[in-house]
Amino acid sequence: MANYLASVGMEVHAELRTQTKMFCRCPVEFGGEPNTRVCPVCLGLPGALPVPNQQAIQLVLRTALALNCQIAMHSTFHRKNYFYPDLPKGYQISQYGDTNPIGFNGYLDLPSGKRVHIRRVHLEEDTGKLIHESDFSGMDFNRAGVPLMEIVTEFPPDISNSVEAKEYIALLRQTLIYLGVCDGKMEHGSLRCEPNISIRETGSDRFGTKTELKNLASFRAVQLGVQFEVARQATVLEGGGAVIQETRGWDESKEASYSMRAKEEENDYRYFPDPDLMPMQFEQNEVDRLRDALPELPVAKRNRYIQSLGLSDYDADVLTAEVERANYFEEVVAAGIEPKQACNWMNSDLAMLLNDADESFGASRIAASELAGLLSMIDSGEISGKIAKQVLRDMFATGESARQVVERKGLTQVSDESAIRLIIQNVIQDNPAAVENYRAGQQNVLGFFVGQVMKASQGRANPETVQRLLRELINS
Amino acid sequence: MPISLEEVRHVARLARLELDEAEVLALQGELNALLGHFADLQDIDVSGIDPAFQAMSLQNVWAQDVIQRGFTREQALRNAPTSKGGLFVVPTIIEG
Ligand SMILES: [Zn+2]
Repeated sequence: MANYLASVGMEVHAELRTQTKMFCRCPVEFGGEPNTRVCPVCLGLPGALPVPNQQAIQLVLRTALALNCQIAMHSTFHRKNYFYPDLPKGYQISQYGDTNPIGFNGYLDLPSGKRVHIRRVHLEEDTGKLIHESDFSGMDFNRAGVPLMEIVTEFPPDISNSVEAKEYIALLRQTLIYLGVCDGKMEHGSLRCEPNISIRETGSDRFGTKTELKNLASFRAVQLGVQFEVARQATVLEGGGAVIQETRGWDESKEASYSMRAKEEENDYRYFPDPDLMPMQFEQNEVDRLRDALPELPVAKRNRYIQSLGLSDYDADVLTAEVERANYFEEVVAAGIEPKQACNWMNSDLAMLLNDADESFGASRIAASELAGLLSMIDSGEISGKIAKQVLRDMFATGESARQVVERKGLTQVSDESAIRLIIQNVIQDNPAAVENYRAGQQNVLGFFVGQVMKASQGRANPETVQRLLRELINS
Repeated sequence: MPISLEEVRHVARLARLELDEAEVLALQGELNALLGHFADLQDIDVSGIDPAFQAMSLQNVWAQDVIQRGFTREQALRNAPTSKGGLFVVPTIIEG
């Protein structure tokens, strides 16, 4: 088999997190009975006039800035004309041109170090949903007109294999969630990734015919889909055939792509400026203000956790994977808790409790300030780490604060020497054989005694005091 | 440059218009007359004039992101030729 190079362009559509649609004020919530979130504008009724959603424009500007784009200070909307039942107006409002989209000429640096150039970040509207029933096809226009952001990578493509394709969509998704512009739910279709793939023989400078993949509902599907398509095209070429330019769907269960339709014979959208919509004109100071207000992005945050907070690569990855977990962590640390300690408690004990209850850090019933309260009681010596684990479980179950649990159950650490002394004396009396062994030189028996004392005190004795008094009493 | 018969057919296909040959010929004449007017405009010297795509000089006409209820489902479907189960019934489309 000849050696082939793959080229993968990425087209990503993200539904923006607004309250209302792009050109009318119908609500955008997911779900809902069909055709209950519609009005004359999003149904394309004659005479209805669209008015752009200012918030959607701001969200695209933020994204464009975060993706290192140039901003089109003057930007317009166009009509993209085609006929399909999901498009009530007979055109989709979009943005045409190389330097007209709100953002252009940007890039995203992958964790592997690879720079992926971005050609455009533009604003458009989603279509309705065609529903196939057994005896008829029908349209639900609840999604028609939902603000949609399209992010397209540069040609020739920087991405040359399935692993990079997955890395790109994963980091882009994480970035969009950090920016608060999209919820990133690939399984609901609020983030859709459509890679176009072509291969050519090593040494050739002519790009092969490309196919476009749809219905990729996860990172894994993106990786497997691109991998499958590269292999399929190589097999076609090896067999003396030619790759056909077409749209292919991804079948998750078969882990294979299938032909959906050949590219429309006429890819002639006859774009023209939408006369209903006035141009957008941005001011430099407004763009600067938005750039300054960008949140810390995933890669920068991860690097800061490692370099400034001294966390391991692994801990930093886990904490920054979801912005909600990172925010939670930063709140705990801001309350004066050691970063490493905050991280350990979050990623083990609390993560387990949340996981079992199918909850997330964003909606944790134990607030960051409550976890900080618990950990500061360990720091001050009021409770031991071991007791704290029990307290955390009780906090999770009852919704009480750490202090409430500790006081209700009388769990404060016993540091009173006379009380501990009494327990130790009883333990020594009850275990004469072990005392003999210790005096005969078996130092490890001390651990046994510590365990017995802690048990007798129900874990509440201060371990350091126990150690010190034990040595004193056992030798006397 | 006059428009060809094939271009007339192409534009008609995009607009989902079914034309017979006589109509194609007639439209070729009409479209060529229209394009002739644009050709006259092309001859005007516009150097130094910024392109204008809008008839109005407004810009940044935007709305706040605040929900306003539109139609009820009954209102939305009232003018549909056929509706069923709350959906607008459309000709069946087979994908793939
Ligand atoms: Zn609407």
